[in-house]
Amino acid sequence: MTTTPAPPAVDAVQAEASAQNPAEVTPADAGRPVRSRTLKPWYRNGTLVVGLVITGLLVLTAVFAPLLAPYDPVKQNLQDALQDPSSAHWLGTDKYGRDVLSRLIWGARVDLRIGFLAVLIPFVVGTVVGALAGYFGGWFDTVVMRVVDVFFAFPFYVLVIVLVFVLGAGESSIYLAIAAVSWVAYAKIMRGELLVAKKQDYVVAARLGGMSHGRILLKHIAPNVMSQALIYAMSDIVMDIMAIVTLGYLGLGIAPPTAEWGSMILDGQEFITTQWLQATIPGLAVVVTSLGLSLLGDGLSDHLSPERRK
Amino acid sequence: MFDRLRFVPIRLLQSIPVVFGVTIVVFFMVHLLPGNPALVLLGQSATPERVAALNEQLGLNEPLFDQYLRFLGNLVQLDLGQSITYQRPVTELVADAVPITLSLLAYALVLSLVISIPLAAVAASAPGRVRDAAVRAFTLLGQGMPQFWVGIMLILLLGVKAQAFPVGGYGKTPGEHLYYLFLPALTLAIAMSPTTIRSLRASTIAVLGSDHVGTARSKGAAGVPLFRQHVLRNAAIPTVSIIGVNLGYLVGGSLVIEKVFAVPGLGSLMVNAIFARDFPTIQAVALVVALFVVVVGILTDVVYTAIDPRVDLASKERA
Amino acid sequence: MTVIETDQQRVTLDPSVPLLSVQDLSIGTRSAAIVEGVSFDVAAGERSGIVGESGSGKSLTLRAIAGLLPRGVAVQGGRIEYGGSDLLTMSARRRRALMGPEIAMVFQEPMTALNPVMRVGDQIAEGPRRHLGLGKKEAADLAVQMMARTGIPDPARRARAYPHELSGGLRQRIMIAMAVSCGPRLLLCDEPTTALDVTVQLQVLKLLEKLCTDTGTALVFVTHDLAVVNQTCSDVDVMYAGHIVEAGPVAEVFAAPRHPYTRGLLESAPDFDRPDRELVPIPGFPPNVADRGPGCPFAPRCGYVTDHCRTAMPPLATVAPGRLAACFETDRLGDVL
Repeated sequence: MTTTPAPPAVDAVQAEASAQNPAEVTPADAGRPVRSRTLKPWYRNGTLVVGLVITGLLVLTAVFAPLLAPYDPVKQNLQDALQDPSSAHWLGTDKYGRDVLSRLIWGARVDLRIGFLAVLIPFVVGTVVGALAGYFGGWFDTVVMRVVDVFFAFPFYVLVIVLVFVLGAGESSIYLAIAAVSWVAYAKIMRGELLVAKKQDYVVAARLGGMSHGRILLKHIAPNVMSQALIYAMSDIVMDIMAIVTLGYLGLGIAPPTAEWGSMILDGQEFITTQWLQATIPGLAVVVTSLGLSLLGDGLSDHLSPERRK
Repeated sequence: MFDRLRFVPIRLLQSIPVVFGVTIVVFFMVHLLPGNPALVLLGQSATPERVAALNEQLGLNEPLFDQYLRFLGNLVQLDLGQSITYQRPVTELVADAVPITLSLLAYALVLSLVISIPLAAVAASAPGRVRDAAVRAFTLLGQGMPQFWVGIMLILLLGVKAQAFPVGGYGKTPGEHLYYLFLPALTLAIAMSPTTIRSLRASTIAVLGSDHVGTARSKGAAGVPLFRQHVLRNAAIPTVSIIGVNLGYLVGGSLVIEKVFAVPGLGSLMVNAIFARDFPTIQAVALVVALFVVVVGILTDVVYTAIDPRVDLASKERA
Repeated sequence: MTVIETDQQRVTLDPSVPLLSVQDLSIGTRSAAIVEGVSFDVAAGERSGIVGESGSGKSLTLRAIAGLLPRGVAVQGGRIEYGGSDLLTMSARRRRALMGPEIAMVFQEPMTALNPVMRVGDQIAEGPRRHLGLGKKEAADLAVQMMARTGIPDPARRARAYPHELSGGLRQRIMIAMAVSCGPRLLLCDEPTTALDVTVQLQVLKLLEKLCTDTGTALVFVTHDLAVVNQTCSDVDVMYAGHIVEAGPVAEVFAAPRHPYTRGLLESAPDFDRPDRELVPIPGFPPNVADRGPGCPFAPRCGYVTDHCRTAMPPLATVAPGRLAACFETDRLGDVL
């Protein structure tokens, strides 16, 4: 990203103009040439680094679950049921005597894996459809926008819940349900991006130079607009994990006895008065996960398109 | 202002294709399945006789298009079928549940504004300083917590430990309703606040730096009067759209929350119907919810028009 | 000593001191000084202009008087005395009480300076309601009166309009009506006509002059347009790079400038009385805020510069009765333009 160097007069103007636009000029900027934001290397971006660390740790936990979990997450052990945290069971046991910590670690595996995978199809389908709609316009665009409107009329959860019901509980149903519902957001974003991008000078120049639409889309436009879809995908992963956990809570998710955070909370709610840790801890795990992913997404957003900083 | 509201009838007409699309989706939900919808409905208890009887009852032997027309015809007469579980007209069940869910959502909206406006104002008054960081940390956390888990935590803290609020149910009198709905409404409010706060904070910072606030200050305005008369209404303009979108999203969330708190609204109706495989009810609730979202969209634009005298939606073409 | 009371009581001012006295004012950010050592006085009823290019610090100076400096910019030294009392050390509440009944400001861009969601009549009435204790109806009537005084046709109906429904000229008149609504003794104008069409500019200027003459209000008029200053003001201060480089009565300063920058300004500005005169632009650009070295800020661009100019800062000194200039070489500018 290049900015043209400003003539020296601009800085005094900037200071003067700060009378009109105080939000733009900070004390540190005064006196320096006007370059909107210096390109920080990614490892200097605090948000990005913290997000990366948290997410990385979670992914590692999920990947190395078999090594990290002290107990088998599904093996029942009824005489040890509902124990308080102890040195043997750091987070206690659930109503079937299963170690909560182990279930938490294995649950990370389930929730994270599904969360990351569930984003792929909507990302690909939505991006392609939206980009084509925005670029070519015409009747295709109108049709796509109407379809998008219909989908947007349904709250995310209503459709997902109903679809999972219709398709039967289970992992593949979750992927299908989420895919069917989330692709529209990508379509809408990419359409918007393409509407702007196709009017840019570099695209017009490429067309005049005789380039085919396909080449323009792939080689010229894609690198510029993909960042928006990627950034949205980060927050979409968070939304998907929320959905999976919610489905688990409603009993519509992964079938028991597989450890999954949502169903753990459901189990825990029964004992809210005595063993309140069981309902609380898996929720905290979700919070930490979303925190990590959100920070990562924010950091990426700052890094890839700082001019859109809120 | 009423002159500028003439876009409403036009917008209602424009919504008709979307509503049609919604009915198609709702109708075909059951027909998406491979195999026999009656089988799906009956699930475990399907015997050949029962399947045949249900086929007959639901008219599933007719051509698909005819079925859809029959569906639409019934719809216009407000006949949403008979609930399999309760053996009552679905329309009645829905009519009972809608006011409860609506009051829950309204309550949540009010609470959310009570939380968001002061927090956004505090954050915007000193951007980059400690209180701003604290508010932003709150929004980050708020967006990371599963809604139903927040509900359970509130039950734990305020219901079980503090014994201040009931852990579920609806109550009988309007006063009791307010009491019983407080925790679920608060849960939804906490879910809705982060995006509202972020948007309001950003627009408040922008407005505070604007020229007309400078003018107001040059007349000696400051503090709360300045905020109320010159900042809030201007800052609210972009936030209204965000709240509108959020409200639509929130309806989905309220489904789950109603289950957590055992509130007898649309959400509980839907979830119970799902487990009972009561398909007509599921269809009806999905339809009502989608219509609600469409209406909220139009209402948002009405509020938007009311707040900002520059807006004239009647003469603008939708992008 | 003066007595400044809070709201609703007319302030008693000491007649022996100037209405406004800016003394050695410095404004800057944490890392750089933007305005340095600015001093000037404004007497009651006087019309004073501040002229300079963008970036000279003239707007900031005005905003410092009004207490409206943007975030990150602050007064770093000096005094701003209104009727003898320093505005900078006064309590915030007492200072706010002055804004409206004593000191008022007219801004450059009326479209952004007016609240877009509030009717213009209400905006004008706001000051009187707060400072003069008027009720809603009385203030609304006053607002209509003010609008009539500023030459707005059909004021009663127009008072219910929103800013975006009015033309630029009308909006500026609204701003002026708003500013004078509480009868201030000092009117600060930050380029109020720059954003207007030329034909409207003259009308608005004449309006300002008339209002000030009728009420005896003093005017501080910031602009980059020499013609405007010539028309409206009796005295002028010329600012460059955050310093006042010349001051004096308008007619004398423009006829015989005593600072190279002022001379440069006059030579580069079109003069309709002498359309054939060649326009001579001043070479170079005003300095970057951080690049100001020792010595005269105008030195890099000055045609009269000497080594002494580059190393020492020329003080603003009296070069003739009532005339000040900050230049070591001022005597070499004796010619009349």
